[in-house]
Amino acid sequence: MDSQLFLGVFTDEHDILEATKATNKAGYTIHDVYTPYAVHGLESAMGLKPSRLTYVCLIFGLIGLSLGVYAQFWIGSIDWPLNIGGKPFNSLPAYLPVIFELTVLIAGLGVVFSMFFRTKLRPGGKNFMPDLGVTNDRFVIALEQKDTSFNPETVTKLWEKFNVLEARKCEEVTN
Amino acid sequence: MSTHYSTLRKPIIEGNKSLNQVTEDVARPLERKATPLWWVAFLISFSVLMVGVVAVVYQIKTGIGTWGLNKTVGWAFDITNFVFWVGIGHAGTLISAILFLFRQRWRTSINRSAEAMTIFAVMCAGIFPIIHMGRPWLFYWIAPYFNFRGPLWVNFRSPLLWDFFAISTYFTISFVFWYIGLIPDLATMRDRATSKVKKAIYRFTSFGWNGSVRTWNRYETVYMLLAALATPLVVSVHTIVSMDFATSVIPGWHTTIFPPYFVAGAIFSGFAMVLTLMIIARKVMNYEEYITVDHIEKMCKVIIATGGIVGLAYATEMFMAWYSVNHYERFAFMNRAIGPFAWAYWTMVTCNVILPQLLWFKKLRRSIPFVFLMTIIVNIGMWFERFVIIVTSIHRDFLPSSWADYSPSIIEITTFIGSFGLFFTAFLLFARFVPFIAIGEVKGVLSYGKQRKHEPEKEVETVKILEPKLEVVED
Repeated sequence: MDSQLFLGVFTDEHDILEATKATNKAGYTIHDVYTPYAVHGLESAMGLKPSRLTYVCLIFGLIGLSLGVYAQFWIGSIDWPLNIGGKPFNSLPAYLPVIFELTVLIAGLGVVFSMFFRTKLRPGGKNFMPDLGVTNDRFVIALEQKDTSFNPETVTKLWEKFNVLEARKCEEVTN
Repeated sequence: MSTHYSTLRKPIIEGNKSLNQVTEDVARPLERKATPLWWVAFLISFSVLMVGVVAVVYQIKTGIGTWGLNKTVGWAFDITNFVFWVGIGHAGTLISAILFLFRQRWRTSINRSAEAMTIFAVMCAGIFPIIHMGRPWLFYWIAPYFNFRGPLWVNFRSPLLWDFFAISTYFTISFVFWYIGLIPDLATMRDRATSKVKKAIYRFTSFGWNGSVRTWNRYETVYMLLAALATPLVVSVHTIVSMDFATSVIPGWHTTIFPPYFVAGAIFSGFAMVLTLMIIARKVMNYEEYITVDHIEKMCKVIIATGGIVGLAYATEMFMAWYSVNHYERFAFMNRAIGPFAWAYWTMVTCNVILPQLLWFKKLRRSIPFVFLMTIIVNIGMWFERFVIIVTSIHRDFLPSSWADYSPSIIEITTFIGSFGLFFTAFLLFARFVPFIAIGEVKGVLSYGKQRKHEPEKEVETVKILEPKLEVVED
């Protein structure tokens, strides 16, 4: 797959943003764009939809909430009811702090691990990298050359308007 | 490429840095040999830590009878230190989460180190209640899990248990938040590393980060979600810490003002500690263009705002004690102000309310030595606040026959000093081995306050008109 990629290397946030928009508009299949920091607007320029991780977070939060409510209710009222000053066994107001903490804890950890899973980030993991400079000061567009109409020269010409540093075929890089 | 500076917005990062320069500047302290100054600081902190370890081992072996507590004063130095350290931690989350939600982009050059400070401060805080349990090797009994002791469950109605949940959640979420922020920077270090060992370590810790926009998109979403979760979390943590006191019936503790009062105090003391550390770090590590005088001034403004809330809370407490016509309440507060611990009360008022008013003056806010001195004063004042709240409220209880004095034993003092050893040892190791400034985030704000030069053929007219107002700098 990697050998099929055609790369455009840029040095500026503004250039990559405009170049991505133009490349997307011209109908090329963008494999991915690589940047040293989060460039705002790039995801929409690439045509990406907003991440659905917010819903994942909500679901984990609800799980934490239910766990907090049910565990305290079960422990306090069913498994080990303790009469403390004649208060009701199921004293919900007193349970709120722990319910809240469990909601936050499980929502936070859940969404983080979902992100790791979805983005293939893992300890010692290795993901494809087009250029070592993308973690420093290079911005790279990687195009797929699968389309029959793909012509490197036209793309390069398009990118030249946006001060492309180099346009080349992808070579194997190890990080 | 030439750069225009905006006339309206000042750049957050000074020195017109390029992307590569930012990487170089942040990586430099990690890639060079440790400086003699670092070694001196490290050896001192580490020795202090070791003294603390000896004190902790001794008191665990002998029992907490080694403390200066008595029948009346059952909580004193230990809990003071716990609340002090937890409070300090709050500034890190305020900077990393709350200022993020408020889009305060200047936070990018201090958030990494402030979050690290949070983590270390919570670690220091955790020591004290664990020792106070008396049998710290059984501390895990506070976690509710299926067991063979009954099954015997914890009391979910107890604020001390809420505290366990709050602090452990706070520590976990803070750590995860901090580490998520670190991943792109560790990848930067990985791609720069020359030695095999370093590369292997960074490869392991950077989780295979490759800067893909698909990943960035999800990363930014999660970052925002964590900030949104951490914001109410940090408020809940000190609220629950204050409930350790407020849910009791002790005059001086039993007030509903405690949660907001404690949260404001926590941010107040935390910002003071952040400033103490940043003022040293920016000088020693040559980060004066990243952590600028503007940053310091902004943090001073937070100090004066939260300090104002703290001052108001002191006044409200006093007023309510008088206005409630509750004898016990009145006595507790008169005892604070003119009783045997009046010296501590007035130290607190001087350090937290009176002296910080000097920060209203812009000249003083921008004077580094003055701000440094002020942060130390605020730290001292906030330690005394907790001491005053805890000790003066209980040392003269309802029965005058059981009134007692309190002074900390040498073991308690050594433990407290030892916690500073832990804090600074951890912070120095962090400054030596982890990118001190969030490289990825700072790069994102480099263009702030700068205007890109427009294409000359298109906008030549506009540029000419604007020219006299703009300063052109070639880079």
